[in-house]
Amino acid sequence: MTVTVKNLTKNYGEIKALKGVSFDVASGELFGLIGPDGAGKTTLFRILTSLLLQDDGEAKVHGFDVVADYREIRKIIGYMPGRFSLYQDLTVEENLNFFATIFNTTVEENYQLIRDIYHQIAPFKTRRAGDLSGGMKQKLALSCALIHKPEILILDEPTTGVDAVSRREFWDMLARLRASGLTILVSTPYMDEASRCDRVALMDRGKILSINTPAGISDEFSRPLYAVKADRRYQLLKTLRSYPYTRSVFTFGELAHYTDSRDDFDPEMLRSHLEQEGLRDVRVELINPGVEDTLISLMTTESESIVDGNKFGKSGE
Amino acid sequence: MHNDNIIEVSGLTRKFGNFTAVDHITFEVKRGEIFGFLGANGAGKTTAIRMLTGLLIPSTGQATVAGFDVFTQTESIKKNIGYMSQKFSLYSDLTVVENIRFYGGIYGLRSRDIRRKTDELLERLGLADVRNRLIDDLPLGWKQKLAFSTAVIHEPAIVFMDEPTGGVDPITRRQFWDLIYEASDRGTTIFVTTHYMDEAEYCDRVTIMVDGRIDALDTPGGLKKKYGAEDIDEVFVKLARGGVA
Repeated sequence: MTVTVKNLTKNYGEIKALKGVSFDVASGELFGLIGPDGAGKTTLFRILTSLLLQDDGEAKVHGFDVVADYREIRKIIGYMPGRFSLYQDLTVEENLNFFATIFNTTVEENYQLIRDIYHQIAPFKTRRAGDLSGGMKQKLALSCALIHKPEILILDEPTTGVDAVSRREFWDMLARLRASGLTILVSTPYMDEASRCDRVALMDRGKILSINTPAGISDEFSRPLYAVKADRRYQLLKTLRSYPYTRSVFTFGELAHYTDSRDDFDPEMLRSHLEQEGLRDVRVELINPGVEDTLISLMTTESESIVDGNKFGKSGE
Repeated sequence: MHNDNIIEVSGLTRKFGNFTAVDHITFEVKRGEIFGFLGANGAGKTTAIRMLTGLLIPSTGQATVAGFDVFTQTESIKKNIGYMSQKFSLYSDLTVVENIRFYGGIYGLRSRDIRRKTDELLERLGLADVRNRLIDDLPLGWKQKLAFSTAVIHEPAIVFMDEPTGGVDPITRRQFWDLIYEASDRGTTIFVTTHYMDEAEYCDRVTIMVDGRIDALDTPGGLKKKYGAEDIDEVFVKLARGGVA
């Protein structure tokens, strides 16, 4: 195992940022940490990169302890923090040279590692980093994180706030890096990006709720899931929420994803109920759950107060 | 005369030096509509929104928002719209009630109206029990409800939302859309940007900006049909691919 994390905990005052997190990452694996803001992803990465001390538990990267062997850790890790943290008033070229120099290497020596990524920003190499577009900053930050030939790359939400096309391109870059044998640990709040990872850990509020392959995550969803569609979406939602047999209902694009509380549920019963309530063009279809369905389901079993949140607008409980 | 369009934009353009950030965009937003405003990073969305909210004077073209001109009546625009950005704009070391009072004051409501509005909001949002708690102590979902409610405390006809759900967990994200539906149901127009393509499907109509222009504007269903795509994500990729390096 390249990364082993055992029972890590970290508190900031009263806030429990990590509540005992454990996982392993194999060499050459592309491992995703998926979860919303406040899940603990950044705290975990800061501990793994030796920038923050845990309260309890241990973490090792390539056999080096993140506390005792922090000097070794810093040599073998390439880290791209969530916030753009290159030197804004240095040029593209100067930033890259700077990072190569502090790791006792040169841009030339490891250029083949970053060639694919860097050639896209090379035309702007005399531009200050602060004047680059969001997509170009991201490519420069990735180049700087790779220039010392790290054993493992740690990327904290590299695609947050990035548009759908640039996100795809970024994941294509990661796939190529992975193919070259690099171990990659990446966090994201976008559930749809889970499918690009070998394995993912679903995180929420300081805990890992599940670790699995993207396909395996779907299998954890324990009940039949139906996609429901009708002519008026808001009316459909309200009707489903007041239906006594509804176990859960969440919007997914133009569909509502629905589970029923009965074991002998027949979709036809729901369809006729919705039509009686005045909805038209009703379709009820059995579907395969996605990563987001599973995370929502794991989050709701984790905390009952969230289930109440489902019936939003009547809260106060 | 009653006008069914709350936003009317015609040939609106904004240049920065030689660079044309927004290039002759033309569209209307209907009263009560949920209007999704999408586009790649750097496509010109932010510049367009800044013009529509009275923060930036256009170079050429015409536009009215809630009946006010974006060249000459920017102060009236600011008073008559709601705005909510990515990070909930509540003061974390003020209490629930103090935040409501603050925003009521900012939007120029009279004290009597602020008191009435405060009671009404606390009741409707179910926050009466926590009225004197600091914002910092509230769960994310509650903060979100309150941030939305303070953005529309002056009952604007239209509210602009710039990536209101970024980084928010999947349940809270959907709860937020419930608020949007409710507001739309009451007749408020919603103008919203997002990077979550599934959220584009929640809108009545969607536009996708590419390189400062608006090439596509339709219902989500209409766009998918036109571009032969399974979902809006695919439409977006087909449209934006040409424009992104």
